[in-house]
Amino acid sequence: MDIPVSEVKKELEARLPDVKLRAVGNSLLVENPDDLPRVALFLKENPKFLLDYLSSVTGADYLSYLESVYHLYSMAKKHGPVALRVRVPKNKARIPSLVTVYRSAELQEREAYDTFGIIYEEHPDLRRLFMWEDFEGHPLRKDYAQEDSETLEAADIAWLEARGVEVPPEMKEKAKALEAAGQRAVAQKPEKPRN
Amino acid sequence: METIPFSKNTDTAEMLEINFGPQHPSTHGVFRMAVQLEGEKICGLKPVFGYLHRNHEQIAENLPYAAVMPYTDRLDYVNALTNNFGYALAVEKLAGLEVPERAEYIRVIMAELARIVNHIAVIGFMLNDLGAFFTPLLYAFRERERILDIFEGVTGSRLMNNFFRFGGVKHDLTEADLAEIKKIIARFPAFLKEFEDLLTKNEILCMRCQNVGILSAGDAINAGITGPVLRASGVNYDIRKVDGYSIYNRFDFQVPLGKKGDVYDRYYVRILEIRQSLKILEQALAKIPQGEIMNKKALPYLKMPRNFKPPVGEAYGRIESPKGELGFYVVSDGTPQPWRYHVRAPSLINLTALEEMCLGQKVADAIVILGSIDIVLGETDR
Repeated sequence: MDIPVSEVKKELEARLPDVKLRAVGNSLLVENPDDLPRVALFLKENPKFLLDYLSSVTGADYLSYLESVYHLYSMAKKHGPVALRVRVPKNKARIPSLVTVYRSAELQEREAYDTFGIIYEEHPDLRRLFMWEDFEGHPLRKDYAQEDSETLEAADIAWLEARGVEVPPEMKEKAKALEAAGQRAVAQKPEKPRN
Repeated sequence: METIPFSKNTDTAEMLEINFGPQHPSTHGVFRMAVQLEGEKICGLKPVFGYLHRNHEQIAENLPYAAVMPYTDRLDYVNALTNNFGYALAVEKLAGLEVPERAEYIRVIMAELARIVNHIAVIGFMLNDLGAFFTPLLYAFRERERILDIFEGVTGSRLMNNFFRFGGVKHDLTEADLAEIKKIIARFPAFLKEFEDLLTKNEILCMRCQNVGILSAGDAINAGITGPVLRASGVNYDIRKVDGYSIYNRFDFQVPLGKKGDVYDRYYVRILEIRQSLKILEQALAKIPQGEIMNKKALPYLKMPRNFKPPVGEAYGRIESPKGELGFYVVSDGTPQPWRYHVRAPSLINLTALEEMCLGQKVADAIVILGSIDIVLGETDR
């Protein structure tokens, strides 16, 4: 059973007039990230919605900004989802954590921090979830330099040749050019926001 | 090695810090629990993830939509079919594709068979952790083999099925397959009786499982626990009933609930769920209509998957996988690859409350509690 976004927006605006909201598609954008815990707590406790269950927390990279998306459901009233989203600039990616409202955010926020570098403020234990501590970068960001698996580097070629594998000359030339330029083989990235 | 920020200070002489895993057999893969012990009692526990991490989400973002399907098999490799189901559902929501009647029935039949396979396997493994070495597990695997034979006959593969397509399924079920499934369902209650005679009132099982790892309903909801673990805590929440996705709203079945939320309830809820799955299967087999198995609009994409470009937008599709709520969040930008693809993995999120369940218990109980949550590391670590 879906809840129309307009209804949620109307209720929120009536009760929390200082919170700026905007409907984006089927979801609700909270313009100021600092308002997010209040909005979530309101939706959780309001008897009309009782959204007591935070199903999914995830980040997304839209090149000019980062986004955190929350899908809320109600186990008591068996309806949902209400999708909330928050947008932050890449150089100041700080969003208040929802762990105090929903514990299910704990591991998911750690995951989003790990893969997108969004810092969830006041998270009780914000560490990388999958990657090791010294890992550099955030692999799901679109500007993360990803290894190009189809281009060989000089070290790869040396490794292959030491084992008697013949490498085509054009691959060797490409590797030489990369080495001369002091670059690594990096996969192509999307040029501009596609949405 | 990094330091684990336990909530309690370990500087006392009595406190011992040990690692379970990542190579411990009872962790069902490469999962690590950093445990603080005082004697045999657990006073702190932190799960450590990432040993099987392969950045599944990035792999998917670099592939056409259809090419992600076989990768979803590798998430929860015990029941690949339900993973396919969730992903297909999310993309169909995104692209607005309808699924023909017969294909829906085939999906439900295959998904319920997968649920039975998962539940009997997880009960078997949990008993393995209890020390009932391989006898119950091999009883369960004997039945699992018969169902896997069906999967092999229909999809071509026993485990990595890659069976669902956007707008339908890959292969049809023949009359012979349906007859074989009917035979399996007919003999399954006898197996369950045998299994239950061996286990349900077994004194050792009762003593090790009852009142161990209790999780209250409120904690479970707040921590986002789903699936049999949630229902064992007495919360009536089954996405098959709540969302009624696919054609689940047409079947008559109950949602078994536990009372206490201990390990025993989780074991017994799974047994009861197998019975409900059999009930769904019986109804589906009786009602399955003739007809197409693929939406005609989606047929060209089978041969040219790069032509499949869902309109700009996003969708969150979720199903009741045997482990809990399996959700797929897909954002399309109108190109052949998803811009953002996220898996809401029940195995990972069900571990949020692991520490609460284990606190104050003995070390040996932690293993049983982990077994009763039912995790698969392919999905936890992605």
